[in-house]
Amino acid sequence: MKEYQTVTQIAGPLVFVSGVDGVGYNELVEVTLPSGERKKGQVLETSKGLAIIQLFGPTAGLNTTETRVRFLGETMQLGVSTEMLGRVFNGLGEPRDKGPKIIPEKRLDINGSAINPYARDTPRDFIQTGISTIDGLNTLVRGQKLPIFSGSGLPHNQLAVQIARQAKVASEKGETFAVVFAAVGITHEEAGFFMRDFERTGALERAVLFLNLADDPSVERIITPRLALTTAEYLAYEKDMHVLVIITDMTNYCEALREIAAAREEVPGRRGYPGYMYTDLSTIYERAGRIKGKKGTVTQLSILTMPGDDITHPIADLTGYITEGQIVLGRDLHRKNIYPPVDVLPCLSRLMNLGIGKDRTREDHRGVADQLYAGYATGRDLRSLSAVVGEEALSDIDRKYLKFADEFEKRFILQGPHDDRTIQQTLDLGWELMAMLPKSELKRVKKEFIEKYGKKYRVGQ
Amino acid sequence: MGMLKKISGPVVVASGMAGTKMYDVAKVGEMELMGEVIKIVGEDVTIQVYEDTSGLKPGEKVVSTGEPLSLELGPGLLKSIYDGIQRPLELIAKKCGPFIARGIYVPPIDHKKQWEFQPYMKKGAKVVRGDILGVVQETELIEHRIMSQFDGTLEVLESGNFTIEEDIGKIKIGEKSADVQMASRWFVRKPRPYAEKLDPNLPLITGQRIVDMFFPIAKGGTACVPGPFGSGKTVTQHQFAKWSDTQLVVYVGCGERGNEMTEVLTEFPHLIDPKSGKPLMERTVLIANTSNMPVAAREASVYTGITIAEYYRDMGYDVSLMADSTSRWAEAMREIGGRLEEMPGEEGYPAYLARRLAEFYERAGRVQCLGSDKRHGSVTVIGAVSPPGGDINEPVSQNTLRVTKVFLALDASLAQRRHFPAFHWLRSYSLYTNNLDNWYLTNISSDWTRLRSEAMALLQKEAELQEIVQLVGPDALPEKEQCVLNTTKMIREDFLQQSAFHEVDTYSSMQKQYLMLRNILKFHERAMATIDLGVQLKRILEIPIREKIARMKEIPEAELKSLDALGGQIEAEFEKVAKK
Repeated sequence: MKEYQTVTQIAGPLVFVSGVDGVGYNELVEVTLPSGERKKGQVLETSKGLAIIQLFGPTAGLNTTETRVRFLGETMQLGVSTEMLGRVFNGLGEPRDKGPKIIPEKRLDINGSAINPYARDTPRDFIQTGISTIDGLNTLVRGQKLPIFSGSGLPHNQLAVQIARQAKVASEKGETFAVVFAAVGITHEEAGFFMRDFERTGALERAVLFLNLADDPSVERIITPRLALTTAEYLAYEKDMHVLVIITDMTNYCEALREIAAAREEVPGRRGYPGYMYTDLSTIYERAGRIKGKKGTVTQLSILTMPGDDITHPIADLTGYITEGQIVLGRDLHRKNIYPPVDVLPCLSRLMNLGIGKDRTREDHRGVADQLYAGYATGRDLRSLSAVVGEEALSDIDRKYLKFADEFEKRFILQGPHDDRTIQQTLDLGWELMAMLPKSELKRVKKEFIEKYGKKYRVGQ
Repeated sequence: MGMLKKISGPVVVASGMAGTKMYDVAKVGEMELMGEVIKIVGEDVTIQVYEDTSGLKPGEKVVSTGEPLSLELGPGLLKSIYDGIQRPLELIAKKCGPFIARGIYVPPIDHKKQWEFQPYMKKGAKVVRGDILGVVQETELIEHRIMSQFDGTLEVLESGNFTIEEDIGKIKIGEKSADVQMASRWFVRKPRPYAEKLDPNLPLITGQRIVDMFFPIAKGGTACVPGPFGSGKTVTQHQFAKWSDTQLVVYVGCGERGNEMTEVLTEFPHLIDPKSGKPLMERTVLIANTSNMPVAAREASVYTGITIAEYYRDMGYDVSLMADSTSRWAEAMREIGGRLEEMPGEEGYPAYLARRLAEFYERAGRVQCLGSDKRHGSVTVIGAVSPPGGDINEPVSQNTLRVTKVFLALDASLAQRRHFPAFHWLRSYSLYTNNLDNWYLTNISSDWTRLRSEAMALLQKEAELQEIVQLVGPDALPEKEQCVLNTTKMIREDFLQQSAFHEVDTYSSMQKQYLMLRNILKFHERAMATIDLGVQLKRILEIPIREKIARMKEIPEAELKSLDALGGQIEAEFEKVAKK
């Protein structure tokens, strides 16, 4: 393997090496600093005689005269093994918990490859998270990618650990679960919160953690989620496990992407983010799913904080276009002390219909969800109207809707961080709330279901 | 043969490629990755590669095939699922497992399979280009018409079982003669020829009430569906693909979710075409280039889709093409443009964006096909657009609106309250209504257009009244205006809202749509008249028939008589109220 001492230019995380020969695109690089310290990097562009390298880590201490560069002849790979369960790694996949090195059972390219759409299997196993707003209204299924759109200061981390803790599937029989957790640029404190909760509930032994913290090099953030997903794919498709991948915070990932694009002097897209951000994000999010003939699944729950709570911000926007729905947290609900502050109106689960209904959850599920949505939306609209004209000016039926919206927030949305509701409880609660509205308003539910499930709550009507 | 010089993502530069033509396909590197020449400077050419370029090294060989990107067209296309450059994903999965490997080539249609060819023409007949030589039953639903590619005299035409490689006949052209096979090739970026374009005056019946009644699409027309994420673009596109009354459907999943394509793949074989009773998959071709598949192939995918659509159009079929989403296609252009360091236009999109979009939509149309029988065929294009943040003031939406004739505006706030399909009735438009009125007149009812404009006027009025309600509350309005609000609520909830997941409601025939709207407007008319008699609106709203109106959508197509009878019941109940 040839070693070059021909660094000609250093700009941000980028290192330009000249006089090179036969360097492959995306190839892994090892850079030896004048101090003797070694760092990894990756080839971003290669041409005859010149390679541009992106270094994982700060370029402090590099110079053009004494820095040595070795091209490793392979793209970035991760050695994976079931031994990784229960272990903590840094953002580049090196052990962080003082444990021994992992002896890999297999080495996999961290970029993975696209799943052939023909080979995919339809996700349809309902995951019960115990949270009414998710199970009842935005059902999560195995193999789905459902992000949490949050804002700074909102309890998205609590919600994520609650989901990780409570998630179960109806048909559990000898199935093994695992959680792969990727921290991307979050603070030490936040990472500590996750670690403590995993430890307390015993989830840690079935979890693999990759931590890139806020003070770790930002370029590493490009790598960390990919390591997590490569591990998850190995556990799911080769070891038959059902893997839940939690990535937090994707906003930091996108910031890192922008930083590198700026260093490369690329033409910026919206708000300075690179034009290929959609494609880049899709190579992360699309690594979820079920494959025909494989037992395991990869389900993705990524968290992103929307800058300024703006859902049209490029990060949230592009994510929403790739993922199969979104859970949106709302500041208003949080201020009212409602946990989890899930603002149900902009929420969506695209795969919900595949996982609900007769034989999966309950036959009335679709109708109940639609009716609750319609009722709450009407009630919310009337709130602003009643603020202008006063409640007295509203009709009887409008006042009922107003009351419905309030009760919906207090009883359906609000639940404790350890309140684990079954889907039956959630749906019955929905019927109980719907009893506040006259029967003629319940257009979204089938008549027979009103008789079957709703009647007992409709006393005196 | 040239040599790789520079690699940067999906764009590579090769040197020593003198004589290569623009848009020729090249095989790049030792792995022979497929690519397309997009720029030539002297002996250097720039190639967009359809596969991941990781590991490619300068110095590896590059070979031009000397031919632009082309498709293989022949029996066996239907029921297939292809990637953006017509590689059969089913066969690739069988060959190399669940993940897509690089540098593999599998023929797009089966070269070994034998098809039974039935000749339509006799030896010695004069043929012109486009004439149907004979047919092959491709699926139970569709017969594949083999068209002549030459003008001349038929020397030989055999019947029997053939593969697509075998000769089925000979055509004498002047002094020479040419062999005839069932398959042919066509360049994806070149529109297929036709004899003449026709006026779009037949409606595309989608079974979706808001579209067929208010914003109709013509066969051979173009429509765009812009909307923010979660507003129901994909469900809408699926509904169009399922229920449109075209004989064939080409569905292009361009840079979208993998699981969505799987849904189409698993759902369509189980869905039964209401007219023929056969699975919908029998008439469908899928192009799936998901978001994480190579971006250059995504750019090609819409061309692949429309070329296949045109091919079946030329046989005399009505074809509809759904492209979900054209924004991802535009972004692919932007990404490649950026790698070429082109001077960007608006928002980083290349300056040729508008031209490319116009060229693509212009390939739609109802045409008289080539051939002496003057048969008609059509390609209808319905493109989804995904504007960033749902704001259509952006280049892709705006340039699309300039060339498409139907605008179906998806609205986030409607979607949030689960009003589906979430088309905004005041912002959407269709420029085909005048062309199609004659058809409604002769085929459905003479008052179809009247119903439409009355309902639309009421919805307009509602928007004005809502502004007042926001200030003073609904009770301050006069009874008659409150009655309008009540009617529009009925139009919105009992007519416009349509559940794609309800077994009956998912499709409404034109007759059913007509009766539903007629009943609602009859109710309105009678309610207004009864208020004039001095009856309070409150009393009218207590009429039990309202609940029946709300459940009209659940009435199956076989029982439309009861829907018709509902009109009489409305009259009768109002008589009773008026008498009291």
